[in-house]
Amino acid sequence: MYDRIREKLSILADAAKYDVSCSSSGGNRKNDNKGIGDSSASGICHTYTEDGRCVSLLKILLTNHCVYDCAFCVSRKSNDVKRAAFTVDEVVELTMSFYRRNYIEGLFLSSGIFKNADFTMERLVRIAKRLRLEERFNGYIHLKTIPGASQELLTEAGLYADRMSINLEMPTEMGLKLLAPEKSHDDVKMPLGFIKDTIAKFKDEKKTGLIKSIPKFVPAGQSTQMVIGATPETDMEIMYSADEYYKNFSLKRVYYSGYIPISHDSRMPVIGSQPPLLRENRLYQTDWLMRFYGFNVKELLNTNNPHLDTDIDPKLSWALRNLEQFPVDINTADYHMILRVPGIGVNSAQKIVQARKFGKLRSDQLKKIGISYNRAKHFIRCADSPIILNEPDAPHLKSIILTESSSKYLKVPQNQLSLF
Amino acid sequence: MTTYIFNGSFEGLLTAIFEFYDRKEKAVELVWDKLYQPSILDEALEIVNDEFKAKRVWDGLKKKLSPEWRTRFYKAYLSEDPQTFQDLLDFARYIFDNPAGAEANFGNPHVIAISKMDKKVNREKHRMKAFIRFQQTGDNIYYCPVDPDFNVLPLIASFFKNRYTDQRWIIYDLKRKYGLFYDLKSVQEITYEFISEIDIKKVILPIELTDPKEELASILWKDYFNSTNIPARKNMKLHIQHVPKRYWKYLNEKQ
Ligand code: SF4
Repeated sequence: MYDRIREKLSILADAAKYDVSCSSSGGNRKNDNKGIGDSSASGICHTYTEDGRCVSLLKILLTNHCVYDCAFCVSRKSNDVKRAAFTVDEVVELTMSFYRRNYIEGLFLSSGIFKNADFTMERLVRIAKRLRLEERFNGYIHLKTIPGASQELLTEAGLYADRMSINLEMPTEMGLKLLAPEKSHDDVKMPLGFIKDTIAKFKDEKKTGLIKSIPKFVPAGQSTQMVIGATPETDMEIMYSADEYYKNFSLKRVYYSGYIPISHDSRMPVIGSQPPLLRENRLYQTDWLMRFYGFNVKELLNTNNPHLDTDIDPKLSWALRNLEQFPVDINTADYHMILRVPGIGVNSAQKIVQARKFGKLRSDQLKKIGISYNRAKHFIRCADSPIILNEPDAPHLKSIILTESSSKYLKVPQNQLSLF
Repeated sequence: MTTYIFNGSFEGLLTAIFEFYDRKEKAVELVWDKLYQPSILDEALEIVNDEFKAKRVWDGLKKKLSPEWRTRFYKAYLSEDPQTFQDLLDFARYIFDNPAGAEANFGNPHVIAISKMDKKVNREKHRMKAFIRFQQTGDNIYYCPVDPDFNVLPLIASFFKNRYTDQRWIIYDLKRKYGLFYDLKSVQEITYEFISEIDIKKVILPIELTDPKEELASILWKDYFNSTNIPARKNMKLHIQHVPKRYWKYLNEKQ
């Protein structure tokens, strides 16, 4: 008797999994209505898939029926796959049943487009509304913005959702046109801009203090995703596009999803070819450097270096291209420069600037603070650094570092990174 | 060197710090009584818990440490790690003997020791928030047994209370033989007798004890876990790094 719902869930979770975001961070709903749920600001991964991706939300499509035929998508009209659709009740029940057991932080609901944009968006909104108002659910809700949906529906969606997202799909307009001629990046920019402006409007009203309780509007902001490796863009084109969207639409995140071949379409990599996981990892590292390490995208990628190195991470490549800025004196350098040293992360950099107030730091202390000293030592000076007469040049230094860290460095790439 | 033997309690730890100053000691080795092996060379002092002395020390730490660092101190204590007990005593001495602000000296070994342990305890706390899987019992209590590496139940009580305000739940620490029970009003500490009808050696409750909806919920969660996986990206090494094997027995999706 469980078969029907089990089959639906399998089809609609399978079709939703190519959206890589599963973040539940940035939610700030408090359980102040004696209801259920309380968002954890930093997000929680309740488990990890066998490919090492965080599972935080129940990520499903409402339906995989779709009137479009985007070549890169499993749900495209012309694809011969089993179709299914959840009812509103089923999604609400499933979400509550998982949430009460502490399986998930909330719901990430997306959908194929059936009939038209408004019809689809209206269903998504109805589910979010039911969860918030009837179930008094304060967990996380991530709703997909359906391109072309009316502003009324988007506004209503924003009142119930913590995050909204709409995918660029391909990094450039050209790439998108190649695989989904019916679509355009303008369809994405319009709703992104509208929601961004509405978030700002709500914030302003809050500041004026005229109205007592301003409802939350998309408190965890917006995100987007690009598929990598289905179309021929360079890393530079990809990251410049990401940078533009971060800036123009105040996005919280841009996700990069290595294309997994799902069709025999001659325009794209053939089925069975490896997804570009290492490349994806390098793009995330670049994204990290832009958002947390104060790098401008042009420093990392430019016409001289349109592609990220595969054998070393982008922070190390930048350092090797800019050796004249090193060595950095740990005991005197500016925080921002310390942050740029390969082998030193944000946490360690903060600890270093605090600790050095108590006296000049030595290498043993730096090791204890937790920097990867073997990497960093080539780029820093500290109280007990030996004087080096012949500083190696960049290619030489690179080969020293690669040999020193070979075992660790050339292993299978991690697709959720934290290290540099 | 004098050896202080204490009973592993937080009050005992603070009392020991009080004694250290009261007796004008130079160096002290702090030992957990259950690990103490007497030797004739030692000069040993058995620490008797004293609420007043403990409070004096805590108030002293309050004056010198930010709330954030006080929580770190307490969290490091919850590690129940013998070396950390010693580190806490040394750290407290370092804080008392230096001008305010000394805790920011990450070049100091005691500061590093406490912040490292704090990080470990935090990770375990975070894992419990993530890996707890409630099973709904026939009498409508959401139940989950755990055996965390550190004594983190005190650190997660309010998280679960705020989140699951409208359902009764039990989180039971099998290793330390106590649990938390939320009865829709407040969280209480409970012991084994309270849940004696449950065989605590079995993680998964027998079906007769569970709510009729429990089986389907658990099956659907496993289905979801399998469907959301992308085989072409498989990376078990990373998977195990995030979900270490010792936690698998508590995760229904891994059964
Ligand atoms: S519109 Fe969305 S669901 Fe439909 S085919 Fe295109 S990408 Fe897939």
